[in-house]
Amino acid sequence: MKDFIRIRGLSKHFGDFAAVDRVDLDIAAGELFAILGGSGCGKTTLLRMLAGFEVPTAGTIEIDGVDITHRPPYDRPVNMMFQSYAVFPHMNVEKNIAYGLRKDKVAGNEINRRVDEMLKLVQLSDFRNRKPEQLSGGQRQRVALARALIKQPKVLLLDEPLAALDKKLRERTQFELMNIQDELGITFVVVTHDQEEAMTLSSRIAVMNRGRFRQVGTPKEVYEFPKDRFVAEFIGTINTFRSEVKAASDDGLEAFSEEAGITLIAHGEHAAKVGDTVDIAVRPEKIFLDKEKPTDSGVICIPGVVDDFGYLGNRSLYRVRLESGKIVQVSSQNRRRSVTRFLEWEDEVWLSWQPASAVVLVD
Amino acid sequence: MAATASNDQVWRRVAVAVPYLWLLVFFLAPFAIILKISLADPVIAQPPFTPTFDESGDLSVSADNFRFLLTDKLYAITYARSVIMAGAATLLCLALGFPMAYGIARANAATRNLLLLLIVLPFWISFLLRVYAWMGLMNNYGVINNVLMWLGVIDHPLQLMYTDFAIFVGLAYSYLPFMILPLYASLERMDMDLVEAAQDLGASRTRAFWDITWPLAKPGVIAGCLLVFIPAMGEYVIPYLLGGPESLLIGRVLFDEFFVNRDWPLASAVAIVLLLLLVVPIVLLQRYQARSQEEAT
Amino acid sequence: MKKQSRFIFSVLAFGYSFLYIPLVLVVVYSFNDSRIATIWGGFSTRWYGELLRNEQILDAAFLSLRVALTSATLATIFGTMAGLVLARFGRFKGRTLFSGMISSPMVMPEVITGLSLLLLFVTLQQLTGWPGQRGFGTITIAHTTFSMAYVAVIVQSRLLAMDESLEEAAMDLGGTPLRVVFDITLPLIAPAMMAGWLLSFTLSLDDLVIASFVSGPGSSTLPMYIFSKVKLGVSPDINALATLIIAFVSIGVLIAWLAMRRSGERS
Repeated sequence: MKDFIRIRGLSKHFGDFAAVDRVDLDIAAGELFAILGGSGCGKTTLLRMLAGFEVPTAGTIEIDGVDITHRPPYDRPVNMMFQSYAVFPHMNVEKNIAYGLRKDKVAGNEINRRVDEMLKLVQLSDFRNRKPEQLSGGQRQRVALARALIKQPKVLLLDEPLAALDKKLRERTQFELMNIQDELGITFVVVTHDQEEAMTLSSRIAVMNRGRFRQVGTPKEVYEFPKDRFVAEFIGTINTFRSEVKAASDDGLEAFSEEAGITLIAHGEHAAKVGDTVDIAVRPEKIFLDKEKPTDSGVICIPGVVDDFGYLGNRSLYRVRLESGKIVQVSSQNRRRSVTRFLEWEDEVWLSWQPASAVVLVD
Repeated sequence: MAATASNDQVWRRVAVAVPYLWLLVFFLAPFAIILKISLADPVIAQPPFTPTFDESGDLSVSADNFRFLLTDKLYAITYARSVIMAGAATLLCLALGFPMAYGIARANAATRNLLLLLIVLPFWISFLLRVYAWMGLMNNYGVINNVLMWLGVIDHPLQLMYTDFAIFVGLAYSYLPFMILPLYASLERMDMDLVEAAQDLGASRTRAFWDITWPLAKPGVIAGCLLVFIPAMGEYVIPYLLGGPESLLIGRVLFDEFFVNRDWPLASAVAIVLLLLLVVPIVLLQRYQARSQEEAT
Repeated sequence: MKKQSRFIFSVLAFGYSFLYIPLVLVVVYSFNDSRIATIWGGFSTRWYGELLRNEQILDAAFLSLRVALTSATLATIFGTMAGLVLARFGRFKGRTLFSGMISSPMVMPEVITGLSLLLLFVTLQQLTGWPGQRGFGTITIAHTTFSMAYVAVIVQSRLLAMDESLEEAAMDLGGTPLRVVFDITLPLIAPAMMAGWLLSFTLSLDDLVIASFVSGPGSSTLPMYIFSKVKLGVSPDINALATLIIAFVSIGVLIAWLAMRRSGERS
């Protein structure tokens, strides 16, 4: 159901400071939902309110139709995987995982059966009797995960699950988490500052800043159709051209940009009128670089000079300087292998992009 | 922490109430009683002081004791001597303790643990016995005199025992670990790389010390000095065993006033004045301890 | 650098000698046959024998042990509660007073603490008739009061350094706050509680001034007995007693150190 988790008007104030400011959110059952934001944006406070470690100043949280806003953490159908994993150092793996079931007073052999199941799920069956100090970081994380999942919560909260892992392990864990979630069908809510993590893991993302959600949508929606400048700049990189709207219609507009030196055309939905000042924004990978001016009349072209570039293996990043002095970032795949470089410093180039690639951002 | 059921509220209250009440009764209330008695007069009775409310129910307090203390020169001198003695012992502890703490902090991990252990070990051995050990060292037929005479430095024994000097050495000896441990705790955090970097940039050794080591060590110095000075001010055992009849310190005076002269009100007044003298250092120390707790989090 | 190291080294050497030479001498003289402690009369263990036959010492030692065991245990219980409250309960009404009271006994001069407690007991006796006889009870109460301050500080630092998310995780998994204290918090601070207990035990065994104030006729602790003899000057049976105590403590500390080393190596 669409509103398995219903958050309405949720706020948390510390004195005058609003860490979370009137947040509304619906999360569907079985979703893998990510809350993305920089440090201090309030995402951790929001997570802690979901878990029960902070009491909201205002608002309600409902899970599966039940209001749990003021329930203590040990009385919620919610479990959490902590950023530090919080594996109990004085208990072995088995006792750690079984802890929640013992608190629920489940029978002994039932506990054993379920612990075995969990150990198999997280691939730690051989580590049953080990102590946490004998485990690697990644293994401890899996203990924390098993420990939370064994109680079959309605919602699993994950606080920066991939933050402490190195790149290779991060990729593996990402897919493992997604598989486990798929298999068990539990609703996951992940809090992270890492965009890549959010984009890969989740089915929907909420971008959070200063206690409020700026945009909620699928990864594609948030990336390709950002609602405002903050979201556009927070996720990935983007080039923005301050422009004055000269002509507007239902499916596009024309705006003159001094920085670009020409009139830019953008296709797509927008809320601007003639005379407004808007940002026309284009992602670096949507821009093409050519030594000659493109012949297609439908694209936007601007001349420039290569100011700097970086070689990243699978792609190259270019910084192109326009006549106005503005620097535009371009990213292009290195589709061909060659010894010589395609472009050198101070080469003259033409930037081009499709009008539909641009997004109109109104402040 | 967040919403808790009422059962847990009860346990929280209990956890706060038990130590709180204990301390209120056995720590705070006694000070009020000292104050009350310091305002009474001594009598030959059990207990040996006049009650606060006399037979007709009127308040019967007098500030005689305080007036006496403030005007009697002997007491003023004794308080001053105590401050000077405690201060001098603190300085000796600092002079000896700082290089020692520095040396321990600089040592490698294995040696460091051993050295720390050797600092703490005397602390665990009875305080009284350690003072007693000094008695053997310093008396006229003690080891110090014997060695000095054997070396030919002196030809008849020095009067070391029962002097202010003996008290001074005894205080420093007993309280040295109290200085070294907080100093070590501060200095341990010192990064030798910082000092070497400063010297690399041209600072002399003394400059490097003042600019880098000292700011780090300062909290430890303050804590150590207070941890020595405050108890040393009220010391009784050391002045009694090692000092002479003229080397009166306030701790001994209080004890004698109470047990020998049976003048409880005056002894109480002495205690109150001593407390007033120590209020500033005690508050400073608590502030420092609170701050170092916060820094640890 | 070299000159600085030599200076530091010599100060360290002097400092440690300063700390230990008096103790070494006491041990040596405890085996001195001569009654006059400072003149060597040959090796002998007769003072140890006399020690064991001395009923007063044995009574005093027994009282000191009972007081130390009881007060250390009470102080650990109350001090742990206080440490938990200060580290985990956040702000509450009266917290400043509470934390002030907790840390004061540690630095208060003993004559003041002793005097204040004696006056309290006298007043209580006037009002309620208890305590009639000052002795085991009053000394234990006094020792518990100042020892619990030390335990509270030790436990509080250990708790502040501990990852709070461990306790939160336990609550998240279904543990009520009280259960969590017993399942998670206490096991993890057990070493700190042990250290607090040992410290309280030592402080109690060693206390002279406060015990002198709050004890009554017929209840003499070991330090009180030693003091009464030592007032008269150096004495050989005290040398023997001192040596026994030094040996006992040294062995205890050595065992503790080895145990800590071994548990450190294992992890």
